[in-house]
Amino acid sequence: MNVFDSKLETRGFIVTMIVLLFAIPMMNAFFPENSFFHISSFQLSLWGKYVTYAILAMSLNVLWGYTGMLCLCQSLFFALGAYAFGMYLVLHIGIDDVYNTPLPVFMDFQGYTELPWYWAPFEYAPFAVVASLAIPGLVAFVFGTLIFRSRIRGVYFSIITQALTYALMLFFFKNNLELFGQSYILFGGNNGLNDFKEIFRANINSAATQRWLFIASVVLMLSVYLLIAWVLKTKFGKVQQAIRDSENRIRFSGYSTSTYKLLIFTACAMIAGAAGALYVPQVGGINANEMTPAKSLDVVVWVAFGGRGTKFGPILGAVVVSLLKSFFLRAAPDSWLIILGGIFIFTVLFMPNGLVGLPGQLKPWLNRIRGNKPLVSEEASSPSVP
Amino acid sequence: MKKALFILAVFVSSAFGEVDNEATRDVLERLALAGKSEQTGVLAELAQLGDPFIKEFVDAWRVGEVFSYEISDTETIVLQRVSENYRRLSNDEVIEIPNTESDKVSKIRPSRSLRRELKKITDTIDLASPDVGTRMDAALKLGLSQRLEYMESLQSKFEAESNARAKAAFEEAINIIILANHQSPEELNQAVQRLGELKSLPGRDQISGIQTKAVEEGNSELASICSTALRQIDNRQRTIERWGNLVRGLSLGSVLLMVAFGLAITFGLMGIINMAHGEFIAIGGYTCYVMQNIFASSFGEQSAAYQWFFWVSLPICFLVAGGIGYGLEKGLFRFLYKRPLESLLATWGLSMVMQQLFRLKFGAANVQVNTPDILIGNFDFWGIALSYTRVFVVAFAGFVVVMTWLLLTKTNLGLYIRAVMQNRNMASSLGIPVSRVNSLTFAFGCGLAALAGAALSQIGNVGPSMGQTYIVDSFMVVVVGGVGNLLGAGISALGIGTVDQFLQPTFGPVMGKIIVFLMIILFLQWKPGGLFPTKSRSMDD
Repeated sequence: MNVFDSKLETRGFIVTMIVLLFAIPMMNAFFPENSFFHISSFQLSLWGKYVTYAILAMSLNVLWGYTGMLCLCQSLFFALGAYAFGMYLVLHIGIDDVYNTPLPVFMDFQGYTELPWYWAPFEYAPFAVVASLAIPGLVAFVFGTLIFRSRIRGVYFSIITQALTYALMLFFFKNNLELFGQSYILFGGNNGLNDFKEIFRANINSAATQRWLFIASVVLMLSVYLLIAWVLKTKFGKVQQAIRDSENRIRFSGYSTSTYKLLIFTACAMIAGAAGALYVPQVGGINANEMTPAKSLDVVVWVAFGGRGTKFGPILGAVVVSLLKSFFLRAAPDSWLIILGGIFIFTVLFMPNGLVGLPGQLKPWLNRIRGNKPLVSEEASSPSVP
Repeated sequence: MKKALFILAVFVSSAFGEVDNEATRDVLERLALAGKSEQTGVLAELAQLGDPFIKEFVDAWRVGEVFSYEISDTETIVLQRVSENYRRLSNDEVIEIPNTESDKVSKIRPSRSLRRELKKITDTIDLASPDVGTRMDAALKLGLSQRLEYMESLQSKFEAESNARAKAAFEEAINIIILANHQSPEELNQAVQRLGELKSLPGRDQISGIQTKAVEEGNSELASICSTALRQIDNRQRTIERWGNLVRGLSLGSVLLMVAFGLAITFGLMGIINMAHGEFIAIGGYTCYVMQNIFASSFGEQSAAYQWFFWVSLPICFLVAGGIGYGLEKGLFRFLYKRPLESLLATWGLSMVMQQLFRLKFGAANVQVNTPDILIGNFDFWGIALSYTRVFVVAFAGFVVVMTWLLLTKTNLGLYIRAVMQNRNMASSLGIPVSRVNSLTFAFGCGLAALAGAALSQIGNVGPSMGQTYIVDSFMVVVVGGVGNLLGAGISALGIGTVDQFLQPTFGPVMGKIIVFLMIILFLQWKPGGLFPTKSRSMDD
């Protein structure tokens, strides 16, 4: 079964795959530093970060664009995955030079001499990798079961997921949890986990490691893309989109919409968690700021700006908005939030189909400018998303 | 109340003709001129008086501002020097002393023993004050000093006291003194027991000290009496804390209520979720701040007019936020009707823009909005301190609720609003100006948020992101209450605010919030549509 919609998409996919998987890593590895074709390791890990953002945006797009659930806790799942893998990394820093402790320094500060039981398994890489998928998945499953069971949807779903993000963010900002007279050390509080040294026994900061991490991110992104493209062609995908368009009708037709939604919600949380796990080693740290409700809304704007309900839109949106951000934070740090807010408003009011839909939206205009009569009244075919 | 008591006291005193100021002055004059042998009698007379003037005079006497003046060979009067003028003690008139007679004026100094006696009288003078609160405070102060010399006057005042609360305070003070100065073990036992019955918070430390000592000495009887007393006192303490939490929770709930009302109305009416609602709270806070600065610069911070800034700010907050809301509805929100999810995004964008504008204009740090003098202080209600600001916030929210209710039920606009909420198309076809109703309602909701911000400026911080702190909570309030339902919003706001405050002491603020959140999720399992779900025949979309 051909998962792609058109020849253009097939060609685009193959070209992207070749460029991202082979050309860019090779340009980083084999060209000398002063060469025009050289891509520095810094650039590479920056783009690796954008790729993980793109995966995150794709996972939200599945929820919002294809299932009609505007989830405001996607960056929470991202951060949970990041924390799970970050815990593995922070346990492999080795003996600290200054404080002379094998434990993470924030534990040493609190007077811990050995790992608490809930930290211990994260020393093993396979466990951490599985956990970075399983923990977000589990949270999403439990939370989703409760939410979908009581048929919370639409804006209520958004509000509740936002509140979940808010609550867990507060939790992760804490250093210790005092419960029934017992004190439990949490995950580094304000500073979070950072200052990593090695990953899978390799130096985390070496060019080769960063290159492999980039490649892994790209592989994940491409696989998620293929997965989404494939699911959309299956009956499952059709039901999913039907839920978006009219949930009640689907329910009355005998489909258990709650189960569908729960499954999708959990799967998307796991994808976001995987993206988070790849994000941590490339950025070099994770803290609770990544969990603020504002971050989740950032993801929403990537998807909306790029083009919701399209396969390529979220990737485009994540990369373009991130580039804009890094540009404006340097050029005009004070006005970045105003610009971002402006993008939100502008996108909602004037670009309902995002960047991807822009050509279609502009076509009638261009035709008029060229003096051609539009053949058919080509209204931008908007998927009716509630 | 105070006034009534005072009049009563004056009435009582004038009936007996004793605590009159003239009588006080007369006694003081006699005391000042009295020889050593006569002093004791006059002092006893003085001790019966509760006039605050005695204190003033004795202070002047101690620092050497009191003089005797022989007007004639037979008559000597007492003068008090008040800012370079000599005033006659008996009738407070200014007396000019001719230069020739300056040798007839001589300073009177109280002897050491007299000074000691006078101090005792001035210390206990408040015990006879006409104001019950002052009497009680004075009694406690004397009690906590634990000095035996006050015992006598406390005893006599205790017997003469008619007010039950003051009597209890006197008894408490006496017993606290006994704790440190007991003659026999029985007396101590009795005092501890009595303090327990009186639930005396000030005596708690003493009693727990005695208990430790008793345990060390193996005095089990005393120890058990102490522990009973401590238990009684701690119960009282807990009650007080509980009430304090309740008031804090209610005031927090009141703020949430005002915020949630605005949200519930705009959501119920227009189907848009306004994420920028929190920024209207900040507009309210900042309007108060700006008004405060305007008042300070035009009237000066010491002027009486400055005290009015807060009250003037309240309507102005409402108008400013309402005006901005009206403009935004016309320019932005009306394009978003019936697109709830997208409205969420656009309004979030708006909220970011507004927050950043606040930050650029007023700085990233919190600003200080002063409390008008009239709101400074506490109600003391059986030992439970209720700060005026919190009580004000609760009362103000009550006022806002009543006004909203009146608007919705008694005015034409309210009728329109309810009609549009029920069925927009039908209302429109019946000739209701739907778009105007929308704009006005939206402006009204924003105004409510700003009022909440103004109230919040008295009990919390005013800063660029102050809205964010409350917006998540107030969304929860709307969800729990049932959308577009004001009664539900009211109940759930007060409920969430209070539960939050009750959990905080045990679990800390963060776990408290998380538990509240979990409770909300579980609550929604039971009632998915909130407390009062909207009844409608349409399925949804």
